[in-house]
Amino acid sequence: MSAPATPDLEVRAAVKRFAEHTAVDALSFSVARGSFFSILGPSGCGKTTLLRMIAGFIQPDDGDILIGGNSMKGVGPNRRPVNMVFQQLALFPMMSVGENVAFGLARRGVARAERTRKADAMLERVGLAGAARKKVDELSGGQRQRVAIARSLVLEPTLLLLDEPLGALDLKLREHMKIELKQLQAAFGTTFVYITHDQSEALVLSDHVGVMNRGRFEQLGTPQQLYYEPATPFVAGFVGANNRIAGTALAVNGGRVTVRTADGWTLEARASSPVAGGAAVEAFVRPEVAMLARTAAELPAGQATHSGEVESLLFDGANSAVLLRESSTKFEFRIALPQTGQYADLKVGERIHFGFDPERATCFPAGDRHG
Amino acid sequence: MDDTAGPAWQRRLMVGLLLAPALLWLFALIVLPHVDLALLSFRERTAPREFVTSLAQYRTFFTEPLYWHIFVRTAVISAISTALTFLVAFPIAWTIAKLARGRAATLLFVVCLIPFWVSETVRTLGWMILLRESGVLPGILVHLGLADAPPELLYHDATILVGLVYTSLLFMVVPLVSSLESLDNSLIEAAYDLGASGPAILRRIVIPHALPGITAGCIVVFMLTLGNYLTPNLLGGTSSQWFTEQIYTQFITRFNWEQGAAFGFLLLGLSTTMVWFGLKLSGQRFSDVMRRT
Ligand SMILES: Nc1ncnc2c1ncn2[C@@H]1O[C@H](COP(=O)(O)OP(=O)(O)OP(=O)(O)O)[C@@H](O)[C@H]1O
Ligand SMILES: [Mg+2]
Repeated sequence: MSAPATPDLEVRAAVKRFAEHTAVDALSFSVARGSFFSILGPSGCGKTTLLRMIAGFIQPDDGDILIGGNSMKGVGPNRRPVNMVFQQLALFPMMSVGENVAFGLARRGVARAERTRKADAMLERVGLAGAARKKVDELSGGQRQRVAIARSLVLEPTLLLLDEPLGALDLKLREHMKIELKQLQAAFGTTFVYITHDQSEALVLSDHVGVMNRGRFEQLGTPQQLYYEPATPFVAGFVGANNRIAGTALAVNGGRVTVRTADGWTLEARASSPVAGGAAVEAFVRPEVAMLARTAAELPAGQATHSGEVESLLFDGANSAVLLRESSTKFEFRIALPQTGQYADLKVGERIHFGFDPERATCFPAGDRHG
Repeated sequence: MDDTAGPAWQRRLMVGLLLAPALLWLFALIVLPHVDLALLSFRERTAPREFVTSLAQYRTFFTEPLYWHIFVRTAVISAISTALTFLVAFPIAWTIAKLARGRAATLLFVVCLIPFWVSETVRTLGWMILLRESGVLPGILVHLGLADAPPELLYHDATILVGLVYTSLLFMVVPLVSSLESLDNSLIEAAYDLGASGPAILRRIVIPHALPGITAGCIVVFMLTLGNYLTPNLLGGTSSQWFTEQIYTQFITRFNWEQGAAFGFLLLGLSTTMVWFGLKLSGQRFSDVMRRT
């Protein structure tokens, strides 16, 4: 990168309160030009509120929002260089597909011939060539999705906001549209700000993700950082599958914590944030980090070995896993089955050994929710 | 339901029985009198108790300028009144459908209903007391120094219009509210987001969506206004020149039932034509519109 360019979007300590409930709590972040930024969080954490503040439908109670370096204080949604793709798409049923796409251009006073040409060209780019005359309700869910995006992109906004745009689609189409969205964003180079509560959408699509909880960002980083180096127990639990083990820190040795559950199972994990000896902690071990072995000797030397009984087998193609109960404490533990088919013959009730690299397990002080 | 499993004739009998009271009512009170009136309007009295079939009643209407004048005047004032009612009702309907929440919306509806709590006669007479030369409102105007002498506020076209709009308001508000309520707020937001201003949103999104409701409201209000007797006659007095008054005069004062019946049919023709014209103008189908009312 050359000289630090002005970010397309900069949110500075934006606050939004509803009665005594703070929906967005002094949130700050910026989004670089041309990147795909996702906001990931559970239902009700304030994602839509944040997006509507960026679009201009609601005014922040405090803080400021800058788009392309300009403060958006007192600028209405129709005057912001920002367009939004609504969760329910909000295509205009009283207009044809072409008129929908040309709507924004018409409001800018673009001449009819030019409007039609641009709308047709845009429809072609999103793979809907020749659909301009159709009515909105003659299109499939995926096609409508593309019309909604085309309608915004034809205005060449600085920023495209998308509020769970795939939420209304069925699973198969969602997978398909996910890839299409990514390709569209790459092709147009427009900055996307994307809201979702689906961690897989956020991980697949984004350059950067902000994980939001109770109106704040728990962590802001690349999908890889969120997955491999979660900053808080919330992120560890929310992004990707994880075994969560609550206990106390029996011993702290440098960055290594020995965790002991209430039932007395002990394991080791890496401290992701400073942990005091004796403190309540939460450890997280990803299913694919743990390894299975029929005998303890097969596991790498120098790692603690554990054993358990197979509780159930969860077959899901490449995502198959086994659910174990740790032998002495009956603690439930999930381990991904290797792709080699090595444990395809595993039986329910069978006793098996397992272990994991403590460096790849994370440990946090319990209840570390950043306020 | 088990009776749907029965033979077809049984089901048809059932439907017939269910509709019988309404059909009887319709036939006895609407179809029969109209057939009778139609026959009456095509008669001419040549001598006492002697009649021949003729178009004389209709000919009188077209040759007598006074009748013509009143007919056109009634149509024009009704159209103006309908347009005014729409302009007054739209903001109210918008507030009820989109802005007010819960109790406030109910309250607004009740306000529109209030005119119907008092009988139309009593209400209109009340207005006369308020507006006549020695009434309350002219007195206030003099007191405030806005007029030198108490002005006569009754017997003006404007007064008739105010009264007509007031009486019709509810019939415009109800279909408008129901069509505006079905307008998804996100469509408005999307239009706003795509750069539309308030008037553009109204013109491109709100009006097209609400058109069936608007048409329904206008049809109902226009018909009610055209056929209104009490309000124009009491508020306008002799100068009201309302067509229903002519019909009344023919039937009751002049005892010329034939002429009155012909006038009645002309009024029916007028309202049918205007409704057809309104539907054509707004590109609506009658069945769609009627489902809105
Ligand atoms: N207009 C409003 N008035 C009062 N409270 C509101 C309003 N809008 C949102 N809230 C509250 O603010 C919080 C955040 O809402 P928001 O819609 O931003 O959540 P979200 O993260 O988009 O959730 P979801 O994933 O379910 O869409 C919620 O608790 C909600 O009840
Ligand atoms: Mg939301």
